[in-house]
Amino acid sequence: MADLLLELRNLRKRFGGLTVTDDVSLDLKRGEIHALIGPNGAGKTTLIHQISGTLAPDSGQILFAGTDVTHLRMAKRARMGLARSFQITSIIPSFTARENAALAVQARHGSSFRFFRPANSEAALNEEAMAALTEVGLERRAETPAAALSHGEKRQLELAIALAMQPRVLLLDEPLAGTGAEEAERLMRILGGLRARYAILLIEHDMPAVFALADRISVLAQGRVIAHGTPEVIRADPAVRDAYLGEDEVA
Amino acid sequence: MNTTLLLVQALNGLQFGILLFLVAAGLTLVFGVMDFINLAHGVQYMLGAYLGATLAALTGSFWWGLLLTLPATLAFGLLLEFLVFRHLYERDHLSQVLATFGVILFLNQGVKAVFGTAPMQMPVPELLSGGVRIMDGLLYPTYRIAILVAGLATAGLLWFLVERTRVGMLVRAGATNAPMVSALGVDIRRLFMLVFGFGAMLAGFAGAMAAPILSVEPGMGDNLLILAFVVIVIGGIGSVRGAFIAALLVGLVETIGRSMMPDLMRLFLDPSAARQAGAAMASMLIYVVMAAILAFRPAGLFPVRR
Amino acid sequence: MKRPDVLIALAIFAALAAAPFIGFGQGYSLTLLARAMIFGMAAISLSLLVGGGGLVSLGHAAMLGVGAYAVVVLDHARITEAWMVVPVGIGAAALFALVTGAIAIRTSGVHFIMITLAFGQMAFFTTSSLALYGGDDGYTLYNRLEVFGSRALERGIVFHFTCLGLLIAVWALVRALLHSRFGRVLQAARDNETRARAVGFEPYPYRLAAYVIAGAIGGLSGVLLANAAEFVAPAYLAWQRSGDLLFMVILGGLSGPHGALMGALAFVLIEEWLAKLTEHWRLIFGPLLIFCVFFMRGGIAGLLRRG
Repeated sequence: MADLLLELRNLRKRFGGLTVTDDVSLDLKRGEIHALIGPNGAGKTTLIHQISGTLAPDSGQILFAGTDVTHLRMAKRARMGLARSFQITSIIPSFTARENAALAVQARHGSSFRFFRPANSEAALNEEAMAALTEVGLERRAETPAAALSHGEKRQLELAIALAMQPRVLLLDEPLAGTGAEEAERLMRILGGLRARYAILLIEHDMPAVFALADRISVLAQGRVIAHGTPEVIRADPAVRDAYLGEDEVA
Repeated sequence: MNTTLLLVQALNGLQFGILLFLVAAGLTLVFGVMDFINLAHGVQYMLGAYLGATLAALTGSFWWGLLLTLPATLAFGLLLEFLVFRHLYERDHLSQVLATFGVILFLNQGVKAVFGTAPMQMPVPELLSGGVRIMDGLLYPTYRIAILVAGLATAGLLWFLVERTRVGMLVRAGATNAPMVSALGVDIRRLFMLVFGFGAMLAGFAGAMAAPILSVEPGMGDNLLILAFVVIVIGGIGSVRGAFIAALLVGLVETIGRSMMPDLMRLFLDPSAARQAGAAMASMLIYVVMAAILAFRPAGLFPVRR
Repeated sequence: MKRPDVLIALAIFAALAAAPFIGFGQGYSLTLLARAMIFGMAAISLSLLVGGGGLVSLGHAAMLGVGAYAVVVLDHARITEAWMVVPVGIGAAALFALVTGAIAIRTSGVHFIMITLAFGQMAFFTTSSLALYGGDDGYTLYNRLEVFGSRALERGIVFHFTCLGLLIAVWALVRALLHSRFGRVLQAARDNETRARAVGFEPYPYRLAAYVIAGAIGGLSGVLLANAAEFVAPAYLAWQRSGDLLFMVILGGLSGPHGALMGALAFVLIEEWLAKLTEHWRLIFGPLLIFCVFFMRGGIAGLLRRG
């Protein structure tokens, strides 16, 4: 059980008359990539919002490393080691790439109620920030303002910020969204390399990427988990083909 | 405090609240539809008072003065929209606050330059002079009752325009979702202009109506503006209904508080200290109410759903 | 040079230090310069909120007012020793900022602007009802503060350099804050609140701390302003004064405390110059403000950077 990092128990969420999360139970173990797929509007991002703490579920439980975090705030969950990346890039545009990553390092490195010493000269913060940037291949752009990065580089930075948090669980919401073929390949290599150290919950529309990376896949449709298993099982599942894969025969 | 006095204060409070509503209505619509903070809305009220007094003196008739004030303040509002405000819709709130603050500085000084610093008077019309006997021993000025009635009628008209006409429907939709209204093919800029001019006219109307019972002087719009902001924040930004209820609430609390607080304080303090403390508490009361309401309902009493 | 903002600030400080010796040493000039420097401190403290935290306060004049009225209350009680009065003024303003900020910072955007304005009005009406201290008419101080019993501050030149020293200290403090860990969190929350939360920072305590620090510096400026004018009135707390302070910050530019410093100096000097030109100087000042908003994004600091 020690390896069970994230567990969702019977989560439900309604917006007005619309059920967006319908009795979802999932788990995530250390060292695995668990992919969440489903057609648009299936409720994938809403689920990530509930896990990260942006939205509160109506009922059900979220356990992180055995602790009930259902009612904790987003910032608290982040400090416990639950990192998320955003589908729409969310960075601090006026900071450099390094400062963006250093902000994440700073959050778990002592108090931030320090008023006098320049943060930019704190070697410990900078080293870890650079390590995260290096891991995603962005070290050469460290001193570039984030606003001036290309779209693909912003996606890399988004991932670097999550890594700089040194989390135990990574929630990645379409990390490949809007990237070109070359950038996507690079990001996939990076994700594959991360598997050993983190538990990753991955939302992604790029089916070849999902089937190449994921250890397990859950399929969400209309807020409900309609199938669950290894990539081979999912590929063969007729219900999945109906609900989703049949649309474009990607698999 | 006896019932007669309380009744008089309640009537005064309602009448003040109605004037406040006429100013706040334009403010809340402009705010709701355009997400635009217009600090210069208070000077429209001041201009209404000045124009009303001047035009009444020129024409020799209160009624002509009041009537001519409407197109004059409308035109002035549209002019300001054209010269200044329309360049600020896309800017942040800070820029809007500053630029409209510049408009206040200019217009307050402009009024001083044109009319001098001495307060002006607008006579109460013959027809509405005198008082109405409300109950035994209580004669209430007819003109104040007329303000109350005219204000309520205007509020009713506004309600009809906003709730029952096509333009009103667009305004309400615009307050909730401006891009969507644009997408419907409505010229949102024209709609903005219309709301702006109409709001300016309402504030001007309020100013002209208040002119006979107040002294007309530079800066008279500034304090009213702050109260109007309190009204729309309490009522919920963009909500005309909220502004109406909050305006009456603020008017009543302000007026009754001002007359009762010193008496209340006298229970605890000696008379002269009570008078000072009471006046302070009365002025603060309204902001205490606002802070309390916002602490529990950060979006106001009647939040417009976004 | 990697730090043009420091160079600009140092140049201004050098000019202010030299001013009394190059023809601006008379009482009138010194009074004007002291006023400019005091508003410089107030504007720098406001720039910590507006520029650093994205918190547009329209009630900052109240902080100055609390500081100034602390001087009045103590003067009335015959306490005029600077080492007593200054800490009380700063502490009172910080406490006022803590209490009002705790409520105001729960809101955001337009509501924040409005609620800070409302708290400012509360303070304004409170001071105008203090009949013991002159009410609307204000309160005249017969002497400036004493420093260890000495009346040195009465001398214009001593007061000038006292203000300059404190101005430099305030500038250095706010600049350090903005570059510290604390400042980094504050600015991150200003730019992207969700991102700040997602890495583990709840913005509220950082914003509140900034609000209290800005209030404390505002209180210090209020204490000095009371002593510069030797007079205190509720007009110090009028909301128009808060608008003036915001104008100074924007006029100078939001890129750091040097911007607010330039803005305040420019504001006070332009105001003085225009007021000499015509009684109706606001007829020029108002449109100037609108012009700055329309065409001078980035303020004076922005112009210098480009130029």
